[in-house]
Amino acid sequence: MTEKPIKPRLAISGRTPEKGSSLTPGHDPLSERLDFAGTRRDFLKSLLKLAPVVGLSALGVGLGQIVAANQEKQYDPTKHWYGMGIDVHRCIGCGRCVEACKEENNVPRYPYFFRTWVERYVETQDGEVRVDSPNGSINAFPPSGVPEQRILKTFYVPKICNHCAEPPCVQVCPVGATFLSRDGVVLVDESYCIGCRYCIQACPYGARYLHPKKRVADKCTFCYHRITKGLRPACVEVCPTSARIFGEARRANTPLWEFVRTHDIQVLKPHLRTSPKVYYCDLDSEVR
Amino acid sequence: MPSQVKRLLLLFAVAVVALILLRHFLVPKSFGRYGHYRADAVGAIAASELRYSGHLVCAECHDDIAGMKKASRHAPVSCETCHGPGYSHSQDPTENKVSVPSGRERCGYCHKYDASRPTGFPQIDPAAHGADEPCASCHNPHQPELKVETPSCEACHTEIARTLSQGHHRGLNCATCHGSGTTHQADPKNIKPGMPSSRDFCAQCHAENAAGPKSASGIEKAPRVDMAVHGQDYLCWQCHFPHLPEARR
Amino acid sequence: MEELLRQLAEALKHVTGFIYPNEIELHWGILIVLYPFITGLVAGAFILASLERVFNVKEIQPTYRLSLLTALAFLLVAPLPLLAHLGHPERAFEIFLTPHLESAMAMFGFVYAWYLMVVLLLEIWFDYRRDIVLWSESPRAWRRILYSVLTLGVRSTSDKALAFDQKAGKFITIVGIPSAFLLHGYVGFIFGSVKANPWWSSVLMPVVFLFSAIVSGIALVLLIYMVSSWLRKTPIYMPCLDRLGQFLFYAIILDVSLELLDFVHRLYEAEESIDILGQMIQSRLFVSLVVVQVMIGTVLPLVSLAMLRALKPREVVRKAVYFVMGSIVLVSIFFMRWNVVLGGQLFSKSLRGLTVYKIGIAGREGVIAAAGLTILPFLILLVLVRILPPWIKTEPTEEAQKKD
Repeated sequence: MTEKPIKPRLAISGRTPEKGSSLTPGHDPLSERLDFAGTRRDFLKSLLKLAPVVGLSALGVGLGQIVAANQEKQYDPTKHWYGMGIDVHRCIGCGRCVEACKEENNVPRYPYFFRTWVERYVETQDGEVRVDSPNGSINAFPPSGVPEQRILKTFYVPKICNHCAEPPCVQVCPVGATFLSRDGVVLVDESYCIGCRYCIQACPYGARYLHPKKRVADKCTFCYHRITKGLRPACVEVCPTSARIFGEARRANTPLWEFVRTHDIQVLKPHLRTSPKVYYCDLDSEVR
Repeated sequence: MPSQVKRLLLLFAVAVVALILLRHFLVPKSFGRYGHYRADAVGAIAASELRYSGHLVCAECHDDIAGMKKASRHAPVSCETCHGPGYSHSQDPTENKVSVPSGRERCGYCHKYDASRPTGFPQIDPAAHGADEPCASCHNPHQPELKVETPSCEACHTEIARTLSQGHHRGLNCATCHGSGTTHQADPKNIKPGMPSSRDFCAQCHAENAAGPKSASGIEKAPRVDMAVHGQDYLCWQCHFPHLPEARR
Repeated sequence: MEELLRQLAEALKHVTGFIYPNEIELHWGILIVLYPFITGLVAGAFILASLERVFNVKEIQPTYRLSLLTALAFLLVAPLPLLAHLGHPERAFEIFLTPHLESAMAMFGFVYAWYLMVVLLLEIWFDYRRDIVLWSESPRAWRRILYSVLTLGVRSTSDKALAFDQKAGKFITIVGIPSAFLLHGYVGFIFGSVKANPWWSSVLMPVVFLFSAIVSGIALVLLIYMVSSWLRKTPIYMPCLDRLGQFLFYAIILDVSLELLDFVHRLYEAEESIDILGQMIQSRLFVSLVVVQVMIGTVLPLVSLAMLRALKPREVVRKAVYFVMGSIVLVSIFFMRWNVVLGGQLFSKSLRGLTVYKIGIAGREGVIAAAGLTILPFLILLVLVRILPPWIKTEPTEEAQKKD
């Protein structure tokens, strides 16, 4: 892959704040790795050892496919329970997450289909609340048109499938095409879905849509194909301010765990008892 | 048993057998293994194509750029945030290239002024900043901070500056109430700027017989109140927004 | 897909307030409005037939077999709008093979199969069996084959067999009443159990659906009885028609009471969703709900039928009122389904905005397809009354022999 000599892995985690970084101690977003199976380089090393066994055909197959297959055998879904934290204070409404999601997951590029989007709330001093999300905010936001003097407060809220622990969408699927995986991700089996759209009706958060070409229900998968390989979802990967924290909702001493511990957490529509696993901090009461 | 019932039971039995046979042949084999779904679907979903590599991969080859970026204000910004998906490039760097943003539009997604962005996030008004030059002509994207002697507060706190400029405190500069801010600029997330801590501070200008701090101008026009009576249980900023003091609540 | 994109682009221009980005596409359109309308007619027609059988309402006997055949014709068409609506109709059989028992919609397969086969077909078979056996001895070859098949091989017309037919028919009718309740009640439950949607989520939803189904079923049988008598140039048996009109009147009162209860309850509790729902009723649903469903479709028939009972005008006036009001009621119940199904999607679940429904002319979800699916049951009914003439029982035997 590269001509350069193999260098020791740079210690990205544990950077200290005194070096002038803008990161909070103990929370280094770039160091969020899932605790499993070593580094990418080690994988490649082990693969080279296998080369005589696998033979020339292995080189013909994309290296990525081999890495994926190898990791699948080692990946144990029962050891994971995924969730996401969203720090509303950090979101700058740049829309990079929306762009990356559509790229990574081949989501149709029209303004009618989104796996994730960002909403802007503008609350005026006379009590009006304006919410918008132009094209899901994939190209950030135009000026809100509300003069600063009138604004009481304004902020962005990223939205995504909440991967509920008690998903109403799974409950209503008539055939078992959508389900909660053993590692806590709500997925859609696109070769089994009949496209009845009941799940889309049942989702309280507007997270689902019907794929216009495949004619099946579609939604955020927490980039399942990435997280099962130790990577982060695309939206988390590209967020420039680390507003999204992906990880283990139930494992102590992980970034999401600490986020939940150190912030006052809200979920969307708690009265519906869907047990969402996307945790917002300091969410304004106007957010639906 | 009447012949009707016999005949109907026979037909019913045929239907049941047919359903059982159909189930046996048509229900996918992995269905029901872990729950009411086709277990093989999980593997199929996990095998989707990657488009983004993740920040660690870029650093394996571009370690110089990664190192520069890590010590800069763009440290939390992943390479692919600006350069787009890089997996195909990491698989075959010569054949597949990543996009290199140019001009001013892509930087604007984050840095173009919007009142909704959190305070302290550096924003600019594109019409007033940098003419029509591409952002990269002054700012190295991997080390965007410019070496400035004393950076103004406005460079990061554009929203506060805009708000302030619309109210009667517009004549005050930030240092009047918040101090110099040099330690804050060294570590903005952890070291907050100074803030007044008592009513006496505002009384310097707003008490009935106030003379004003040395640096204040326009003190003659400041509204005066009897500080002994006006809101005596509270700190001034518990009611008045100092950045826009005349704003209606 | 181009058509869809065009519709969505158009709809986006008419959004007021804020909707979640994915909500721009309305997922359940006219086909899903048609389905509860059709199954409602089935349930209503069947319950009317069972009134005669189980509660011995003698006057409406001329409509007994007609009600059953009407129910069958509409039941055969009922799955078609669902199939047409699916993204993958070729996988529809999965509902039978791996039904997710937590889902109300999964019940469709079984409730439908149960109702079609065990209730409706069996009841028709038991009621017609004697006639089928007689018709299977017809000289014409195709009739002989057709009716022989329909006998299912059971050719006995002994008194004992006929007595059993009567008993079995009655038993099935008794079982059929709760089955009809289930057939249409579960459709109401499909909507009523969606906690995400404050317009749909209601305990009363299955009940309201059921009673409006009964209203529509009575109105349909009343109309078909009048039209078929007119086509066949036979006089209408007025006691039957008056009884049907009476039942229609009572059914409307029951239905209105339930819907009014839901309405008053919502207004009184005035919980979070009421603002956006109120806006929706005043803007998006004003014509279909306030004007068509309530004013023209409920108040007018109620007043007219009440006046009929009070003033007791002569026959020709009553016939006119029954015909016009029956038709209006059918349209009103259609719009009740429309207002429920589409109303639930015209407001955003963020409770901050409203969107629009753009219906096309052509295509699977277009007006033409919907109209075709509405007309199809009548065409099937035309065939059914040829194969299983419902009028034999009520007319002298000489005419029955002439029909061969």
